Amino acid sequence: MNQTSATARPASIEFGPTVYHVSRGSHGEAVEISDFDLWYGAKQALFSISMGVEAGLVTALIGPSGCGKSTLLRCLNRMNDLIDGLRIRGRISVAGQDLYAPAADVIAIRKQMGMVFQKPNPFPMTIFENVAYPLRVDGIRHRAMIAETVERSLRGAALWDEVKDRLHESALGLSGGQQQRLCIARAIAGTPEVLLMDEPCSALDPIATAKIEELIDELRGQFTIVIVTHNMQQAARVSDNVAFMYLGRLIEYGDTDTVFTAPKNERTQDYVTGRFG
Amino acid sequence: MNTAPAASLPESARDANASLRRAISETRRRNAGKVRLAGLQGAGEPWQWCLGGALALGILMVLGLLLLVFWNGLVTFWPRPIEQVRLHDGTVVAGEPVRSQTFRPGQEVLAALDPAPRSGIERNDGMAARTLYRTGNYDLYGDDFRWLPDYEIAEVSRPWDLMLVERMEWGVFVGRIVAISSGGQRAPVGDVRSPDLIKRHEEARRRWQSIRALERGEIGAVNHRLEQERLRLRRASLANPEGGTALDAARQRFAEREAALKAQHQVLADRASGMRRAHEGDLVVLADAAGREKEMPLGAIVRFYPANDLSLAERLGVYLSRWGEFLLDEPREANTEGGVMPAIFGTFAMTLLLVLVVTPFGVITALYLREYARQGRLVSIVRISVNNLAGVPSIVYGVFGLGFFAYILGGSIDQIFFPERLPNPTYGTGGLLWASLTLALLTVPVVIVATEEALAAVPRSMREGSLACGASKWQTIRNIVLPRAMPGIMTGVILAMARGAGEVAPLMLVGVVKLAPELPIDGYFPFVHLERSFMHLGFHIFDVGFQSRNSEAGKPMVFVTTLLLIALIFAMNVSAILLRNRLKRRFQGSQF
Repeated sequence: MNQTSATARPASIEFGPTVYHVSRGSHGEAVEISDFDLWYGAKQALFSISMGVEAGLVTALIGPSGCGKSTLLRCLNRMNDLIDGLRIRGRISVAGQDLYAPAADVIAIRKQMGMVFQKPNPFPMTIFENVAYPLRVDGIRHRAMIAETVERSLRGAALWDEVKDRLHESALGLSGGQQQRLCIARAIAGTPEVLLMDEPCSALDPIATAKIEELIDELRGQFTIVIVTHNMQQAARVSDNVAFMYLGRLIEYGDTDTVFTAPKNERTQDYVTGRFG
Repeated sequence: MNTAPAASLPESARDANASLRRAISETRRRNAGKVRLAGLQGAGEPWQWCLGGALALGILMVLGLLLLVFWNGLVTFWPRPIEQVRLHDGTVVAGEPVRSQTFRPGQEVLAALDPAPRSGIERNDGMAARTLYRTGNYDLYGDDFRWLPDYEIAEVSRPWDLMLVERMEWGVFVGRIVAISSGGQRAPVGDVRSPDLIKRHEEARRRWQSIRALERGEIGAVNHRLEQERLRLRRASLANPEGGTALDAARQRFAEREAALKAQHQVLADRASGMRRAHEGDLVVLADAAGREKEMPLGAIVRFYPANDLSLAERLGVYLSRWGEFLLDEPREANTEGGVMPAIFGTFAMTLLLVLVVTPFGVITALYLREYARQGRLVSIVRISVNNLAGVPSIVYGVFGLGFFAYILGGSIDQIFFPERLPNPTYGTGGLLWASLTLALLTVPVVIVATEEALAAVPRSMREGSLACGASKWQTIRNIVLPRAMPGIMTGVILAMARGAGEVAPLMLVGVVKLAPELPIDGYFPFVHLERSFMHLGFHIFDVGFQSRNSEAGKPMVFVTTLLLIALIFAMNVSAILLRNRLKRRFQGSQF
């Protein structure tokens, strides 16, 4: 959001208004969240979240456990629809299209939003079929096209060289880090606009984590990436903009360097300096 | 604590910790030997022994049952020696000794005995031993078995020339082959292994088999065509109740065809009766141990062998040929002899059909219950009802199957599709299809429960991964959830199959019969006849063991048939498990 740092609006009384810094980016907003509330049954999990995700950049959602960052991420492709008793208010729009409009096509929305999960979840199929899955569910039968997409996606996920000789072996034989990169390949195979990553490295060892971070860096510019992470160093390393959330509120949002070096809110400061969290 | 000054906090906390530790160690000392008993019991080993012992007992009982069935089943066909027994009163009896036991002879029997054996019995507390002999020769003696008390026996010998003759009728014959006679020419048989006798027996058997093939095959086909013509005429008369040219034409046609077929039938019947005359003219003369002669067609003898004069290889030959007959032939002698091929086929076909019905039905139900239905009170009630269905006595399903499937459904099918055959039922009576459907109903709870469990066990991350790729719910279920749940579903199907294959009670009501001469698959259109009644190994066991004229004669067959049923179910289960493991292997290496 190319807002001035002084722009502020109340998030809640006890937490003070959300602090918006100038965010990096100049291509406009890919995702716009405005005044978004969410309840699980009677319990409110998100409070009046408003933020814009810059197109083509990496936006990190950070905050302590239970702060609602995963919930917010999963609202972006309506993954939360699977949960009973979920209610929302507000608006999330992607490329100007309201995700929660009554006439919205959930499946079309999910095709626009690739998603990578916390634990690698390759399907019990071959490596090739895993990556081809988004095309298969679209009913695409064109073999050459599928093969080309699979190769492009695997190259995009920096996995091609490792698996090109075993494309037709089970994906479950891959290592954890390879599986997660396979999941990224699968997510980008459907050529989404936005890539959602829900703590993609939390189940991986440091070397695999470094590879994934490298990959995120390479994907910057090709996709708008929203990543949830527990790891502040990771957020600092990979993201352009960062949003700090706390107890369902968006506390501070803006350019990563600014949020990490000159946070306005006391809680943000405590969290990014490691005093709690 | 929160009111205390910050500086004194660590110290007071240390004090509190120390006093707590003291209190705990005090309690431990007080309770030593009470809460946790010392020694063996403290380590819980007696419980381990109890649990292990219970398991061992269970395994032992299962092994005992299997051993009993296997041993009795395997030795049944082994040729046993024949003993010739001369009694004190001069009677000569021959037979296979079956088993011995001690018994208490009655007072009047004892009183009639000689003093020497009587004092022997009195020394034994009034108990005497006796042996059961399988004497055969039902046509001569009116019984197959005879108990011979030891005190009546004067002499036991094993003459080499005693033969065991298995016949098409009247059970076995124990005695000697005296002569063969054809066309009134009687030629004595000296050597029971003479190639001439064996050759003539083989010829007679072949002739008998060709008679049967002729009667079953060609005459059967003519009869079948005649029946078709009759049905066609009846259909025509039902379609034109007023009469008219169409009906006249049909009558005309029927008359022509009938005449032609009857002529054909006559030719074949003449041929058959000619062969039958030859069959009945080719005789063998048998004599029992006491010398009573019995004449019978040579072709009616299935197999004969000198029981006391067999080499090991010959014994093995007899053994294997009996197994072959058992597995591949049809039953004779009210099922107590011959083979069980129709029963094997019936059991197999029914189980296969049951699986084909129960799998889609159960899986679809479980899919709806688990994936689509809103989880609420109604679904809980449905689920509990399904589970309770598994506990309903199977005979109730039999009654339901007969009433609903056979009489209501089958009756309607007959009314609509086979009116020309009424009042003879086609589908309106028990049959393979209805038996399979009844058993499918009986076993569907097993499949539903197993499938639900398997679906619930598919990790959420898999579904989410698929949905996030833009797959619809159905695509996710078909591509991800079902393949992943397939091993669990297969387990349910295997359990259902095992339960269904072993079920007998409901089948007696919906289509299993003592003897079904026609298999559900044959060469007449439409080749698969699901409406036919069929034979089943489980029912065969019941029938042979408890419904036949001579339970002693049926007993070995009970064991053999049990062995076969166990083997069949085992084979079907093993193949299903292998299939499941092949599926499972695809998911190996999964981290979830």
